[in-house]
Amino acid sequence: MSILFQGRATGATAVKQNLWNRFVMFWVHHVRQAITSLGEIWLTPASSLLTVAVLGVSLTLPVTLHLMVKNLQQVSSSIDQAAQISLFLKADTNETQIAELIALLQANPEVADVQFIDKGQALAEFTAESGFGEAFSYIEDNPLPHVMLVSPKNTSSLAASALLDALKQERYVELAKLDIGWLERLDAIVSLVRQVAMAVALLLMIAVLLVVGNTIRLMILTKKDEIEVMKLVGATNSYIQRPFLYTGIWLGFFGGILTFLIEELLLWWLKHAIRGVTQLYESSFSLQPMSLAELGYLLLVAISLGFFGSLLAVRRNISQIEATGL
Amino acid sequence: MLRFEQVTKSYSGGFVALDRVSFHLEKGEMAFLTGHSGAGKSTLLKLISLIERPTTGKVFINGVDLSRVNRGQVPYVRRDIGMIFQNHKLLMNHSVFDNVALPLVIEGFSGKDMTKRVHAALDKVGLLDKVRCLPHTLSGGEQQRVGIARAVVNRPPLLLADEPTGNLDPDLSKDIMNVFEAFNQVGVSVLIASHDLSLLARMRYRTLTLKNGRMINDGLTYSGADE
Ligand SMILES: Nc1ncnc2c1ncn2[C@@H]1O[C@H](COP(=O)(O)OP(=O)(O)OP(=O)(O)O)[C@@H](O)[C@H]1O
Ligand SMILES: [Mg+2]
Repeated sequence: MSILFQGRATGATAVKQNLWNRFVMFWVHHVRQAITSLGEIWLTPASSLLTVAVLGVSLTLPVTLHLMVKNLQQVSSSIDQAAQISLFLKADTNETQIAELIALLQANPEVADVQFIDKGQALAEFTAESGFGEAFSYIEDNPLPHVMLVSPKNTSSLAASALLDALKQERYVELAKLDIGWLERLDAIVSLVRQVAMAVALLLMIAVLLVVGNTIRLMILTKKDEIEVMKLVGATNSYIQRPFLYTGIWLGFFGGILTFLIEELLLWWLKHAIRGVTQLYESSFSLQPMSLAELGYLLLVAISLGFFGSLLAVRRNISQIEATGL
Repeated sequence: MLRFEQVTKSYSGGFVALDRVSFHLEKGEMAFLTGHSGAGKSTLLKLISLIERPTTGKVFINGVDLSRVNRGQVPYVRRDIGMIFQNHKLLMNHSVFDNVALPLVIEGFSGKDMTKRVHAALDKVGLLDKVRCLPHTLSGGEQQRVGIARAVVNRPPLLLADEPTGNLDPDLSKDIMNVFEAFNQVGVSVLIASHDLSLLARMRYRTLTLKNGRMINDGLTYSGADE
């Protein structure tokens, strides 16, 4: 609407059009602008290519770390018998009590397997293997306790710990120990990698925002005269900034695609290296590639970075260009 | 239509470009603004198109106080004013068509409707055959006429022109003035800054004369009558 002349028909909206037509025109207009912005990128190939490269390479690091976490988690969950709980029974436990405990444990839905080691049997093994055989023969009483080896169904360190706490409460159990040291270490490494990935991603995202912002700022500066003319004939800031936002979106999109390509190349290369190792260990481990959903997220993040980077530049720079006119 | 009330404009640095200027341009009136170089003609036009703001005093267009127009509204005010700039202000790497279409595109026009209006505007300034050219392949006068076509393409109620005939030979100047007159005859208010005195004398319109920022004459100037 005209501010100065009430009732003056301004703009295409004044031309009567039905809602559907307007809706279609809205999209046609945006698609056209998006394509025009794509063309703009071709006009400054060097700086655009550089920006896309920075975006692509920057995003590769956090994405790689993310895939690493994903694969490590797969490793840690694929290992069974990783956690075994040793129950050391009280010295005065008798045969019937032992049988009772075994029955109880086997009935426990959390328990996969129970293995009983008699203290006499343990002593015999120990004397045979340790080389202290002579010394032990002087000891009257067997100092070893009966031991029960319990394998939990759920081998995650969290579930195993919970089971450990439950079994500690059993009547005949003197001491319960869970051998999850290395599993815990793996989990710790995974969570460390995840945190590093987060920190790295955050820092790199800020860097990417600034790089995109700077590229767009330079584009704005080279079009300073054009922007001034547009302002003189009545273009609003939001109209002027729109193509630059589209340019940012395109830069983000291409950066995301580049990240994906680099990542695929990296995985392809790693696959060969890993195949050698897994064959050595007869493991069924296979490298998990990027899923479609993850590719979607990557593109979304890359496009958002492009958009917000450009928004940053546009907000600061376009309103600063003043029409000096005449 | 256009009213100046005791308008003073001093640029940063303290230079007073306009000093307590008052005048009133009626709706549908056509007038010239003249004065020596540096008298403040462009400054006066800039205050109307909100490129500059007055230091003191008020400018009204159609009764609307321009000091009430905020930054976000400035573009919409400019769409109501057709402006022809002293140095053309064309988009140099876009075709003549794109340049003239720019105000329409900004307002959301497209397609046949837009093409029709652009061609009509170019026809009025006699440049229909140069539609596909780039501005730098045109002569100075032709560029000036592209600027005029752009100013009138969305049929604004108020037309401001800063030295529109600066680069034109007398015959073309006359043609361009006829274009302005044609607009004026359909009700458009026109204010033309010019120091082409012989042209002013021939045209016999109201002439506002500035001297060192002060309005020294607000009426008809007849070249003969002055002597
Ligand atoms: N942005 C500015 N900052 C400071 N001084 C300015 C600015 N713009 C114009 N001036 C001064 O104001 C005075 C009037 O300038 P203006 O452009 O209005 O003159 P003019 O009448 O249009 O002259 P010409 O016929 O040469 O175009 C000049 O002396 C000029 O130096
Ligand atoms: Mg001037």
